[in-house]
Amino acid sequence: MLHQALFFLIAAMCVAGAINLLLQRHPIHSALSLIVVMGSLALLYLLLGAEFVAMIQLIVYAGAIMVLFVFVIMLLNAGEEEHTRGSRMALWFGAPAVAAIVGMVVYVLTSNSTTLREVHLGAWASTTHDVAMPLFREYLLPFEVTSILILIAILGAVVLARREH
Amino acid sequence: MVPVSYYLVLSAVLFTLGVAAFLFKRNIITIFMSIELMLNAVNLSFVAFANMHKDVSGHVFVFFVMVVAAAEAAVGLAIIIAIYRTRETLNVDRVNLLKL
Amino acid sequence: MIETLKFVAFLLLKIVVITHVLLGAVAYTVWLERKLIGRMQNRWGPTRVGPFGLLQPIADGVKFILKEDMLPPGVNKPLFVLAPLLAVALGLTSLAVIPFGETVSQLGKLGALQISGFVRADGSIMDPGVGLLIILAVTSIGVYGIALAGWSSNSKYSLLGSLRASAQMVSYELSLGLSLVGVIMLSGSLSLRQIVDAQAGPFWHWNVFVGLQFIAFFIYLTAAYAETNRIPFDLPEAETELVAGYHTEYSAMKFAMFFMAEYANMFTASCVATLLFFGGWHSPLEGLVKYSLPPLLAALEPVFWFAAKIFVFIFVYIWIRGTLPRFRYDQLMAFGWKVLLPLAIANIVVTSLYVAWRTV
Repeated sequence: MLHQALFFLIAAMCVAGAINLLLQRHPIHSALSLIVVMGSLALLYLLLGAEFVAMIQLIVYAGAIMVLFVFVIMLLNAGEEEHTRGSRMALWFGAPAVAAIVGMVVYVLTSNSTTLREVHLGAWASTTHDVAMPLFREYLLPFEVTSILILIAILGAVVLARREH
Repeated sequence: MVPVSYYLVLSAVLFTLGVAAFLFKRNIITIFMSIELMLNAVNLSFVAFANMHKDVSGHVFVFFVMVVAAAEAAVGLAIIIAIYRTRETLNVDRVNLLKL
Repeated sequence: MIETLKFVAFLLLKIVVITHVLLGAVAYTVWLERKLIGRMQNRWGPTRVGPFGLLQPIADGVKFILKEDMLPPGVNKPLFVLAPLLAVALGLTSLAVIPFGETVSQLGKLGALQISGFVRADGSIMDPGVGLLIILAVTSIGVYGIALAGWSSNSKYSLLGSLRASAQMVSYELSLGLSLVGVIMLSGSLSLRQIVDAQAGPFWHWNVFVGLQFIAFFIYLTAAYAETNRIPFDLPEAETELVAGYHTEYSAMKFAMFFMAEYANMFTASCVATLLFFGGWHSPLEGLVKYSLPPLLAALEPVFWFAAKIFVFIFVYIWIRGTLPRFRYDQLMAFGWKVLLPLAIANIVVTSLYVAWRTV
């Protein structure tokens, strides 16, 4: 009961944020709605017993990546977006396609729901220790590879954003 | 108690809203943000499946997705700044020449 | 049912009491700062309102409430109103996970001296397993209050201030987070209560005196000053360049909210420094001097030590403000990325080697 109430409340927040991202015309409003989505996703992760992932979601996504977006929007002084012929075409052909995709995915998920189990609040929770063990054992190589990826990303960002003289 | 399928449906709805924003939006920064929304939606289903199978591997994958998203945001925003410097616009429809 | 109601009522009581204690402390920190800065500059500071100017914070509060709440033309109204609320709410949120003592056994399940801590049946305390990450998450989201304030004000000074603030806070958050990794490795936990318990005993058990952790403490303190936008890193509100930075256009209670947020963040930073490096609520002479206190005083003794340590940190904040000039912006960035970050990473490497050597 409590779990259902919390789930529907947070899910409504999530979907409202995502729809607002779509409807707002100023990028900073879109960015703020995305932050709302990310925050409510962190709450859903807590419901699913993933406290470490929830906090990393807030620190990395809401606290670092989105700050970078907001910073760039403020730096470039981005205004409201203008609508062109291309965007109207995308709307006419895109909207039915999106509705079709949602319908299809929801149908597939709900028709197979007998094989899926239920989530019980507090029945299973992973601690930081539980996440760390597979991360530094089974997934050690991917972990090291991501560090190289990050290094390349840093170098790429420096080279791209540098002003040429 | 909530069925796992609810979480998966939510994830699917968020993903399609991300796709819709990617298609409809004209501002390059907003388009970039809709990619982040799609990645977030996928993360939700990873965490939901981790709970269903009682296995933390799903959390580890969320971790990797976040690393990739961070790297992507750094490079992508640098590209956006570079584009703005040369074209002085953020509208993707106006960035239609290979060379100025 | 009646148990649940009692639980909720006790929890609300705990939240209300602790929040008001913090807000009172914030108000009197402003008084203390004006008084101490005054003495450092050979003046008296506030003296007119009440004995030693002690009623000055109340007079200031009344003034803030009674002033006209200006809404300048051209601002983005919803965000302009949201920004100070966000700043002060996030400033107070981290209070929820900070432990400031063991238990008061008379209160039963809610006797833990921590809002989000609960006493188990066997008398041990359950607190959030990722308490430290919650504080880091809340402080990292705190940037939005300042960034939105500057953007929505539609003024060049505010925008420059908030651009500076967001760049500065993102840069220093890195060093801040990395400086804490050494302590996390030493105590093997992210729960604030377990980190403090690992330092129980006389003062040489405190993390700051273990190995090279005093370097980590220095990095933490510097980064925390930058995170809270205090001198010598107060570029987002540099008076001589930007009028008042991100809160130039704010007045009355909205301005007071930014002020409260800044001081609440100072308190959070001091609390984290106390918990992670200075043994939390443990007395510096624990186990060395034997003395017995009446039961009520004995229950409150840890709170006294915790408050005393925080007072020292607040004093250092004010002392630094009276001593150091402001950095230049390029110096600030160079210092954060070229000095603090490599130092923090070196500290992690050395500490992990030490931990490995200790366990082998």
